[in-house]
Amino acid sequence: MAIEVRIPTILRTHTGGNKTVEGSGATLGALVDDIDTQHPGIKGRLVTDEGKLHRFVNVYVNDEDVRFTGSLDTAVKDGDSVTILPAVAGG
Amino acid sequence: MLRIDRATYDAIVAHAREDHPDEACGVVAGPEDSDRPERFIPMLNAARSPTFYEFDSGDLLRLYRDMDDRDEVPVVVYHSHTATEAYPSRTDISYASEPHAHYVLVSTREHGTQTGLVGDEVEFRSFRIVDGVVTEEDVDVVESYLFGHSPATVVYD
Repeated sequence: MAIEVRIPTILRTHTGGNKTVEGSGATLGALVDDIDTQHPGIKGRLVTDEGKLHRFVNVYVNDEDVRFTGSLDTAVKDGDSVTILPAVAGG
Repeated sequence: MLRIDRATYDAIVAHAREDHPDEACGVVAGPEDSDRPERFIPMLNAARSPTFYEFDSGDLLRLYRDMDDRDEVPVVVYHSHTATEAYPSRTDISYASEPHAHYVLVSTREHGTQTGLVGDEVEFRSFRIVDGVVTEEDVDVVESYLFGHSPATVVYD
């Protein structure tokens, strides 16, 4: 078992066009690191230089927005489903 | 070019009028690779602001789930400007993340209280926003997608 991560269109250039990828880790941050070793560059699109989730993206673990569950420290486990979506916003 | 049917065009403009002076926002979904905006989905502006719009994060997840299940993509992403022209702002450009979408901007800065009266004008413009570069495109309003297509079956009574 692994953790399935759904990738939005704009990030699929990093995943060879794949809509979903799999990875592992005990926290969302570790999972992102793992995904980045398989698909270099993806972390930079999700995490800022300061190590925080980018405000332009929303990340959900099993439908729960991680902004409310500890952001990159959110615990994840095998069988979880992670969804990444770019925020739809503007001025 | 954005080709959009009259009813959807009118629905976007009506939504923008209704939410004025706050910004209105939404999506028109369509089948993947079709470039046809078919399913009008007005969204709540979670920011409820005259200068900012944002889809609620729960709504956003449900929207994309739903589109995924139907093999749809956001063909049009629209929002209104209520005091400025219908042109993407710097914030709009920084957030734009659907390179295949038509970004529709509607301006209600000079709209009247009722449709069609003197002085009533709602700007409606469409753009591509790719890698921070804005390109305006023509908008072709068709009466219906059905015109110009042969019906699959014709039943004569």
